Amino acid sequence: MNALAIARDRHLADYEGFAARLGKEPALVAAIRQQGARAFRRQGLPSRKLENWRYTNLGPLAKLQLGPASPNLQSPATASAGLSLGDSVARRFTLHDGRFAADRETDVTQDEGVEVQGLARLRRTAPEQAARLLSNTPIDEHPFAALNTAFLDDGALVRAPRGIFDERAIQLVVAAGAYPDPRVSHPRVLVVAEPMSHLTLILDFLNEGDGPGFTNAVTELHLAEDAVVQLVILQRERAQHFHIGGVFVHQERGSRFSCHTLSLGGALVRNDLSVQLAGEGAVSRLRGLFVAREGTVADNHTRVDHAVPHCESHELYKGIIGEGGRGVFHGHVIVQPDAQQTLAEQHNLNLLLGEKAEIDSRPQLEINADDVRCSHGSTIGQLDAEALFYLQSRAIDESGAREILTRAFAEEILAELPIPELRTSLEPVVAAELAGLQGN
Amino acid sequence: MAKGATKTPILELRDVHAEAGGTEILAGLSLRVGAGEVHAVMGPNGSGKSTLANVLAGRPSVHVTEGEVLFDGQDLTALSPEERAREGIFLAFQYPVEIPGVANMVFLKTAANALRKHRGEPELDAMDFLALLRDKAKLVDMDDKLMQRAVNEGFSGGEKKRNEILQMAILEPRLAVLDETDSGLDIDALRSVADGVNSLRNADRSMLVITHYQRLLDHIEPDHVHVLAGGRIVRSGGKELALELEERGYGWIENTTAQEARPG
Ligand SMILES: Nc1ncnc2c1ncn2[C@@H]1O[C@H](COP(=O)(O)OP(=O)(O)OP(=O)(O)O)[C@@H](O)[C@H]1O
Ligand SMILES: [Mg+2]
Repeated sequence: MNALAIARDRHLADYEGFAARLGKEPALVAAIRQQGARAFRRQGLPSRKLENWRYTNLGPLAKLQLGPASPNLQSPATASAGLSLGDSVARRFTLHDGRFAADRETDVTQDEGVEVQGLARLRRTAPEQAARLLSNTPIDEHPFAALNTAFLDDGALVRAPRGIFDERAIQLVVAAGAYPDPRVSHPRVLVVAEPMSHLTLILDFLNEGDGPGFTNAVTELHLAEDAVVQLVILQRERAQHFHIGGVFVHQERGSRFSCHTLSLGGALVRNDLSVQLAGEGAVSRLRGLFVAREGTVADNHTRVDHAVPHCESHELYKGIIGEGGRGVFHGHVIVQPDAQQTLAEQHNLNLLLGEKAEIDSRPQLEINADDVRCSHGSTIGQLDAEALFYLQSRAIDESGAREILTRAFAEEILAELPIPELRTSLEPVVAAELAGLQGN
Repeated sequence: MAKGATKTPILELRDVHAEAGGTEILAGLSLRVGAGEVHAVMGPNGSGKSTLANVLAGRPSVHVTEGEVLFDGQDLTALSPEERAREGIFLAFQYPVEIPGVANMVFLKTAANALRKHRGEPELDAMDFLALLRDKAKLVDMDDKLMQRAVNEGFSGGEKKRNEILQMAILEPRLAVLDETDSGLDIDALRSVADGVNSLRNADRSMLVITHYQRLLDHIEPDHVHVLAGGRIVRSGGKELALELEERGYGWIENTTAQEARPG
């Protein structure tokens, strides 16, 4: 048996133990888990023979002797590791190894405003609702979403009630704990934006240990009519941590979704972002910044499905690949036959900072309607020699000049982040990630 | 003749040959510039004026193949562009570079502090730098709004040139090379840029002013004028040479003999 199959079986054995420990549980959620386990058993860890995984080798992940994380809720360190944006800017909650813990010992927050609660609690208090919300995950196309579903336990439900406009963002710190041996956690986040609600959500992924570990996240968003959701996914796990995240978005009529995915750390980051534009007039704005350094991989797969007429999608991903790093961007925009008057743009721009920096960029458009405006493209380049000379001629040394220009490349994405405080507090994080990337 | 010849020159080029892209562009150029002197360099398109400027600033694509380039008696060719800048050489670019994603203000502050660090002076914080900037921006009549925008991005021709002179004011070089800083300027902009340059003129600051037009030299009066053709200086003289050129064109010089050229 190869490493991928061995790893699959280890996960499945852990699943059996986990399901047995849960004991008596409402049948509904148990059935969802079983479906997840079955879907994962069928697909296993995908090999590079599969088109969607061609450029990303899961061998190193498979070789980790992963055990399930067992969160210690008493651990106080986690929450404070999240970006601090200030109470007036964001309300902060934590998923610690997937387990929900509010920052201030409350489970459900105030009645007015956006509601945040643990999924475990929802399963107890409203099992039917929980089952309904949890049964839409595309487990048959996404093996890791299936695996996450098999281990369904806790997580966070973020609900923006109809018409709500809360000035404050929700910050969800999604932390993997420190263990003496490699562990996996399966954080799950559900977002329900009711009609005409406004929500800004920051998912702040990090890990506490220096050793290897694995975060296998699933985030699902449902935007009802005219809902507005701004999502920021911040991935800044340490050098040996693996992160695989599926983000599945459903948009109803007139809803507006923006997503910033910032991949600024980790041994391997794999993002699958899938957006379904299911109601007319829905608009999606997808932004990504990914950084890969020596020996690390940042892999972004996006899929935008224009199912109905008059929707817009605007996608821009920027990759910064250091010497010995590898980046992947595969974007797929599908315009269904009925989706006339679609406006779709998809661009991927990459900066390679060394001779052995690699990028695989494939923006792809599949158009089945005739009255559409679509554009796509990708570029791969190096730092502009003319700009470097200009900076150096102003007394700035070469390495400083390179750092300035690399940071400048990222600016287009960072400048668009929704909250000024977020931009400010990210500055040192970005600087640290970009430092030492330069080859020659 | 020239007073620069008697002092130790701050800049001295001796029979400099330089190539770029595999062709020789400077073909035995010699020049001496004394402290505090302003030299104008004129000459037809493609004669090598910008190449001379690039030789001084250290553009990587231009290589000195023969001869000496001495700044304060020190071999310049061994220094990186940033080292030259720190030693006091400043080039106002003929085509200032646009740098999207870098705020002009941040760029100017980084440059100022890089220089201060080299001089062993404490770096300026945001407040102190702002005060300095306000002060210097007045010299070139530069709009505050241009500070928040990306470096030169979408700047008009005149705004770019003002930005160059602003950088010169902040970096306080000992040798400023102005490469067609007057081109693309309207009358008012020309005057304010020239006023900026004149206010920076002093006994310790030399300038090499590359231009095609007498009108700049009406404002910035040179001590010497040189004519560059085919990669060497074919004629040198006082400020009246520029007037003569304006009247008679370069053809007149090309018909004169090499003996008239200023010796190296
Ligand atoms: N990197 C290069 N590769 C090849 N040729 C070059 C390069 N740089 C300059 N040249 C050539 O050298 C010659 C001199 O160029 P330079 O820019 O120095 O002229 P100039 O005197 O500044 O002209 P202008 O008045 O038009 O600004 C030109 O023929 C130019 O095409
Ligand atoms: Mg020129």
